Order: sequence, then C-alpha cells, then structure tokens
Amino acid sequence: MVVCFLIHTVCPVSALSAGETRVLYARVFGPETGDACDFTPEQRRLMQKERLHVVARQVRSAVALSREASGGSSVEAVLGEEAAALGEADSGVFSLGNAELFPDRSVVLWLGVQSLAFTLVCRPHENLLLAEGTLRNIARHCLEELRLLGPGAEVLLKSDRVDALLHRLLPHGQLLFLNHRFTLALDKEIASYVSK
Amino acid sequence: MYAAATESLIKQAREIKEEELQRFCGRIFKQLHTKDVSGDTVDSLQRLNLIVSATKYARELPSDLVMKLQTVLRSSSCPEQLQVLSSSIIRESSPPSVHSLCSDPSHDSRTFSYVASVVLTQAGNKEDVMPLCHHLLKSLESRLSDGQISRHTLPILSKMITAYPEILTDDQVNLVSRKLVDWLRYASMQQGASMSSGGFFSGPRTRQPAPLTEVDGVVVGNFFTVLCVGQSYTEDQWMNMYTFSMIKSWLLTYDTDGTTNTESDDRSEVDSSVMSMVSATSSSSRLLPPKERLREKAFEYCQRLIEQSDRKALKKTDTELQKACIIESVSIMDIICGEDPSYVYRAFPCIKALYGRLNGDLTYARALLPIAQFYLNHSETAAVDSEAVFCQLFSHCPAEQFNEPMLAFEFVQFCLLNASVLQDRVANYRQSFPNLLKFLAWNSSGLIEEFVELLPSLIAPDTAIELLHTILDLPCLAAALDLQQRSACYHASDRTTWDQQGAKVAACLDAFRQPLYRGLFLYILRPEAGTGDTIDRLKMLHEILADMSESPRVVRCAQVVPVLLQVYFNTVTQKADEKMMNQMLLVLLERNSLLYNIKTFNVEVQKVFSTHLQALCRLHPPLIVDQSREILEFASSPANIYSKEDFYTHVVWVIGEYLSVSYDPRCTVELITSFFESLEAVLFEITQVRQSASPPSFSPRLVTVLMTTLAKLATRSQDLIPRVSLCLSKMRTFARSAPVMACYSEEDTEEIITRAHELINLLKLPNVAQFVLAPSAGGDSPRWHRDTNASLPQGMRAVSGLLHRHSSFLPTTPYGTWWT
Repeated sequence: MVVCFLIHTVCPVSALSAGETRVLYARVFGPETGDACDFTPEQRRLMQKERLHVVARQVRSAVALSREASGGSSVEAVLGEEAAALGEADSGVFSLGNAELFPDRSVVLWLGVQSLAFTLVCRPHENLLLAEGTLRNIARHCLEELRLLGPGAEVLLKSDRVDALLHRLLPHGQLLFLNHRFTLALDKEIASYVSK
Repeated sequence: MYAAATESLIKQAREIKEEELQRFCGRIFKQLHTKDVSGDTVDSLQRLNLIVSATKYARELPSDLVMKLQTVLRSSSCPEQLQVLSSSIIRESSPPSVHSLCSDPSHDSRTFSYVASVVLTQAGNKEDVMPLCHHLLKSLESRLSDGQISRHTLPILSKMITAYPEILTDDQVNLVSRKLVDWLRYASMQQGASMSSGGFFSGPRTRQPAPLTEVDGVVVGNFFTVLCVGQSYTEDQWMNMYTFSMIKSWLLTYDTDGTTNTESDDRSEVDSSVMSMVSATSSSSRLLPPKERLREKAFEYCQRLIEQSDRKALKKTDTELQKACIIESVSIMDIICGEDPSYVYRAFPCIKALYGRLNGDLTYARALLPIAQFYLNHSETAAVDSEAVFCQLFSHCPAEQFNEPMLAFEFVQFCLLNASVLQDRVANYRQSFPNLLKFLAWNSSGLIEEFVELLPSLIAPDTAIELLHTILDLPCLAAALDLQQRSACYHASDRTTWDQQGAKVAACLDAFRQPLYRGLFLYILRPEAGTGDTIDRLKMLHEILADMSESPRVVRCAQVVPVLLQVYFNTVTQKADEKMMNQMLLVLLERNSLLYNIKTFNVEVQKVFSTHLQALCRLHPPLIVDQSREILEFASSPANIYSKEDFYTHVVWVIGEYLSVSYDPRCTVELITSFFESLEAVLFEITQVRQSASPPSFSPRLVTVLMTTLAKLATRSQDLIPRVSLCLSKMRTFARSAPVMACYSEEDTEEIITRAHELINLLKLPNVAQFVLAPSAGGDSPRWHRDTNASLPQGMRAVSGLLHRHSSFLPTTPYGTWWT
C-alpha cells in the first residue's frame, strides 16, 4: 500500500531558501499506524503536512545529488514532449528509517522530471517494481492532464484531475496489477473525466 | 515548468483573510444551491480546494457549507467532478466530517469510494472507521451481484486493516476469505460485454463475446488472472485484479503467526499431517476451512502467473507486468510456505524452474531477490542445494548492475533483512564485500545508512584487514566504476564524445584502457575477497585516478568513508585478537600516507585513525613494544609532522602513555632510551631558534605533547632526566622568539612556558614525578583524561603550587585537560 503521493519542486524557488521545496500536491491515503489517536484532527493534519515536507526536502536533495553525480544536463522539454521528458527523468529510492506517523522503514520512490518531482511513499516490503511502474504511469498522466511542461498553474487549480486519476490508478493507495487492457479502460475513464 | 505565476497563486491562497474566505464560502454555498452546475461553480470549488490545501494549518469552513459539500459528496446524481472536489475540500478542512459521513454510507459504488477517502484520511482511531467497515462487510455478506459491490471494496478494506488489523473478527476474516477465493479462482472466463457492440449491421452471433487471450495472443485455457487480456472485463474480473493486488497484504495480516489466536495454532499443528495429504489434491480443497482454502487458491494463482510469465508478451507494459507478477508470486508463495511447510514440496519445482529461466537474464535481475529469499527460507526444509543461487547473486549481480538504483536498494535491503542468516549459512556472503561495496561506491549518499548497519555483518576474521583497505580505497572504487561505465559506452575512436567529457576524464579513460594498468584496475574492481589485503602499486593507482578526484561521485564517496571507518573500528576492536590488533596498527601507520588525494579526505580519515590508535593501544598496550620499530620510524621523521600532524601528535602521546615496564615487561631501558633520543631530536629540530626561522607550521599542542612525553620517558629511565631538563629549559627561548610570538596566541605561548617550567620542577623530585607522570592502574580510566578535577595538569599545578608555595592556580588551556 502506498502511504502518500506528492508533487513538489526540485528547482530553486525564489521565495524559499536553497534546498527548500514547494509542495504543489499532496495526497495521504489514510491512517497508516494506529498510534495517532492522542492528537486532535488539526494536530494530526499539521504533523502530517510537516512530515510530508521533510520527505519532499529529502527527495529534493536526493535528486540534486543524483543529477550532480550523473553529470549530463538534458534539454528542457516543452508542451507536447511529455514522452521525451519522462524518458529523460531520473529516478531513485531510499528508506525513511524511523519516522513518526509513517510505518517503520517506509520506502520513498521518486521520479524527477526537470524542475518537479513525483514522490511515492510506500510501506516496507512493497512490490517496488510495481510501484515504480505505477509512479511512471501517474507521472505521465500528470504531465499530460496538468500541462506541467508549460508555464501554467493547472497543478494548483486543476488538482481535482490528480485526485480523479489517483482514484483510478491508485485507489486508496492500493497498487494495482494492470495489464494493458485494464490500463486502457482506466485511461478512457480518466480522459472522459478530463474532457468535461 | 514551475513559474512565478504558480508561486504567487500559492501566496494568495495562503494569505487570504478570514473575512474574505467567509464571503467566498457564502458565494459558493449559493452557487451549490442552484440546479445547474456552471463552470463558475467548478472554478470556485477549485479555488477553495487550493485555499484549504495550501496551508499546513487547517482552515475552518462555515458548517453550512461543509454540510452542503457532504450532501454533494453523497449524492450519486452529482457529476463526478463535484464529488471529487467536495471530497478533497472536506478532507483538507476543519471541522472533520468523519462521523457525519459515516452515518449513512451510500450504496453507489463510486460515491462510496469518495466518501471512504474522506473517512480514511480523517480517522483518528478504530472507532472512526468501524461504520465504514460494517457497511463493507454487509455488502459482501448480502450476496449482492458483483456489479453492486463497490469496486474499491478491497482497496478500502486493505487500507483499514493495515492500520487496524484487529478491526475484523475471526468470523469476518472467514467471510472475506471466502469472497476472495471466489474472485481469485472463479472469475468469469468470458470477456465482458463490449461497449461498442459492432454497430447496426452486426447480428446477435457477432455480438458473442470473444474469448480472453494470454499476453501473447493465445486463447486462455485456464482460470482468469491479471495476465489475461480481453477487450473489456466483467465486474468479477475487475475484482480478480483487485484481489490479487491486495492478497499479499491480507495473508501477511491474517495468515501468519501472531495474529491467529492460540486455538487455531493448536488446530493447525494437529491437522498439519492431514493438511499435507489434503493439499496434494486441490479437488478436495472444499473440505478446508476458509483460511486454508484461500491459501490453496492463492498458491495455485501464483503458480499460474509464473507459468504465464514465460510467454512473450506483445506489449511492453505487459512484459513489465509479468516481472512484477513474478516478484509478487514468489513472495506470496514464500509466505504460504512459511505458514504451511507442506507447500514447500509443491513450490520448489516451480521456483527452481523459474530460477533456471531467469538466471543470466539481466532484465530479470530484480526477480532474483525474492527467489533468493525463498531459497534462504525454505531450502533447508526441502533439502535443496542453494549454493548456486547465492553464488550467482553475490558474484555477478552487483558487479554487473551496481548502477541500477532500484536493484541496488533492494539488494542491500535483502542483505540487511537476512544479515545474520547470510553470515552463518551462505559461505560467499562475507567474501563478496568488494562486490557489495560497489553499490555504496556508486550511490554513497543514498545507501550509507543501510551500509552502516550492514557493515558489521561483512567482517570476518580472515578478511577483516582486506576490508579495511577496501574501505579506505572506496573513492578509488567509485572512480574506477565511473571509468568502467564510460569506457563501455564510448569507443576510443569516437573522439567527439570522448573529448566532450572533459580533458581530465579523458586522460583517466585512456589510462583505464592501457594494458599496463590493467592489473591495478582488475584488483580494485575485483568481485571477491581473498586475493590479497592490498596491492603494492596502490600509489600508482591513486596517481592515475588523480584527475577524477573532484568528480561529484568520488567526492560524495569520500564523505562517507570516515563514517564507515568508525563503524568498522567500533565493531572490530571488540572482537579482535592480539594478532589482528597488530595488523590494524600497521595499517594505520602505513595508510596514513597512502590515501587517494581528495580535499579534506586525508584530514577526516586521520581523525578517525587518531581516535582508534588510542583505543587500540588502550585495549592492548603491548602493541607499542610489538611494533616498536615501525612506531619509532614513524615518530622519528619530522616530515610526518607536516603532512599528518594530528595523527603524529597522537602517536607521540601513545608512546608517552604506554611505553612502560608496567604495561609490558619487555620494555627495556634501551628501548625507552632509543624512543627518547628520537623524540628529543625531533623536538630540537622543530624548536630551533634561528635568525632565518620561519613561523612554526605546527600547533603549540604538538610542543607540549612532545615535552610531556619526553618527561614521562625520563621518569622511567632516570638517567635521562638531566637531558630532558636541558631540553625543556630551551623552550622558553623558543616560545619567546619573534616568529613564534607572531604566530601563536599569548595564551598558547604562556602554556608552553608554564608547562616546561612545571615539568622541570617536577623532575627535580623524581619520585613524585614518577607518581604523577607514570601510568597507574587507575590512570587508564577515562577519568584521568576528561575530569578536570582529577587530570594531570591540575595535579601538576597543585604539586607546583605546593613546591613554590603559590596560592594562585593558572587556568587550564583547552588542550590541557586532555594532554596528560
């Protein structure tokens, strides 16, 4: 099961200090550990937001290190070149160790596409190959439906599209074993949602 | 991608004032009351969604709007977009809606799922999700047709049980198990009705649903699985897919020891012999209780998936799915065999055949890990030889795919999870540390935490020294791996790409390809330990790779080496015998000057060496006498001061502390004298006062340590006292000379002078000096070094004070408390 999904920046943001990241979309799928009961809902939400922010920052530095180590700079893709952008994307994985509100040793899977990153936090011992494929699929949809390669702000204003596509591809955080026909059927549903 | 416009939107959303927000909410409330849903309404809801999500502090919305949104969420006739937006807004805002939504969960599949997403996110405890759970179970119980059960029933259930496994009673677990069996094993074998059924001219016969096919196009001949392809799917086929997606988590929660109560444990023990007979034939599986039946069906499903994965898929996504299915199936079979060992005999032929198929295919490397786990867990039960599997795993996999981040991560996690078993049972695990360290060299920052935990399991008595050398050369390994990768990608003839990498890298690449240096690279890139602790021409290797020392990967790698060294030393010193300690000391002395030249790397490694030099000598003081020749050689050469002052200082201190007959009866007067003479010569040389002298490039601490050590040695061979007194008397001149005054602070020069003075006085009373400066039994304890009340300088000052009847005490300098 997936604990949460994030879209956040990995480029420098003028309003923030270096190394900081702006979380543009966050979806936590539900209670992961039963030990959150001592807090009020507001406190829980606050703790969760802060924890997500910490994860996003860790991904930001992982992306920076990975890009630095591999050297080459790629050409920036523009609208219409989503497949190319995905092909060039770097990906990686690391373990969270002990963390409050996340199960012990949760795994963070990230995909860096130019100045944004898509991040999944999974439970330990999850099928990472399946998670990776799911993340790529979700990222592809996000790039297309939210026109992320362009300068617009759809990621903020049309975030219901992300909700709708997560609802189908990762319902309540469940990773799905989808062959190409199941995927096609879900893609059709997503396309019809977006076109309304 | 991310523009200023986006940033300013977030700012606006965060800074919206309470008043304005309330007004906005009022407007939305009105908009929601109109019959038609306009684009405006959607727009407003999207903005409200942004407002409530943009801050980490929950926004409070007016309760009438929240109630209206709840109504929208629950009404199946509303367009999905409104449900999505309502769900999201309610989730992110205050007051929480958990209880009001639960009170009347809807029957519509899609609506139920969106309501559940709110409940699951806002739930704080088991009670909050109970109503949802009850509703789910009721729908499963009540023999509704599959079209009426929410498609997301299983994901929702799965999410609930991960946080609250106790939420289901045994009966409920059985109920769900029965449904899971139905979906898993008995889903329809025909395609679903197509949406577009051919058009006006197609007759009823042409509307016959086509048969399902395997991923390679062949018609399906066995039960439905996720690897079956059809134009459209029936509801129970969708449920088949959802079931398989969560079955591992289900089995882990309800079918493993710890969550079953003692009654069923007893039962399973008594019946295990019956089970092994019964499970041999699946037709009699109807006699099994629901849990065991689910196990049986899940096992069959996995076996089928493994067979289906042998087919050559027509679509790339299906090939990727086959890999994921193999991994999942093997893991599930592993869990089932763990619960019921009788399955092991059925599983092994399948797993062995699978291994035979995948072995050697690099694209399936990740699937080898669950297979290896299976062998580790069950090969003893089945009396199957697993050596070949682990040989392949440790000898080939890391060397060929160290640069695959996912594989590297999973491989290291596998080692971590099974470290103690691997240490004991798999012979070539510890031998393979050169290969395993390749993962770390390539991705230092990503894997260092895992390796800090893993390293102790890799330390074996006969390869420990080689491991130490390998850790010290980890940055070289990183550079060599980088060159190996580039060399594989670029041909020397392709000059343009070659040169594009920069002159430095190109030069190293040239060296990599030269036959002359082949041996060096073969050594550093070796897959196994045992061919020798290190090589003679290590210095040459460092020189060849000098141009890579600034590459990011090498620099990151250099940063993690000190951490690893600490872990190494902390582990080894606990278990090392005398011989190994001797060897380690030699490595410390030797490798000090033989490190790959990266900025600050030398300094950091030296610090670790210094700490552990002390620790080693404290644990085993006779080391000084054992290695007296090497230590003397090191201490005698002032050149060592200039390149490694910190370590040199520690060596001198260790000599002063432990070179004594009370620690080692072999410590003769001749030995003490020879050390004394060498150190005296060094002190003379560095403190010469000449007209043309340059300011000292060493710290004052070195001078005080040398002085103190000489004094200590003199108390053990009292003929030397006059000599040391003479030496010390020259220190004042040194400290007051112009270059030194310009270089050292007032405090430091005072300390040198004071210390020299105190030592001279102390040595006038040899017996007292012996007591103060000679180590005693209690002198080894850290208290002497750390406790300012018990430490030597304090003691000496007290004695000095008594001798001179002074009542003032000079303050201790920072290094005073440490240096006794």
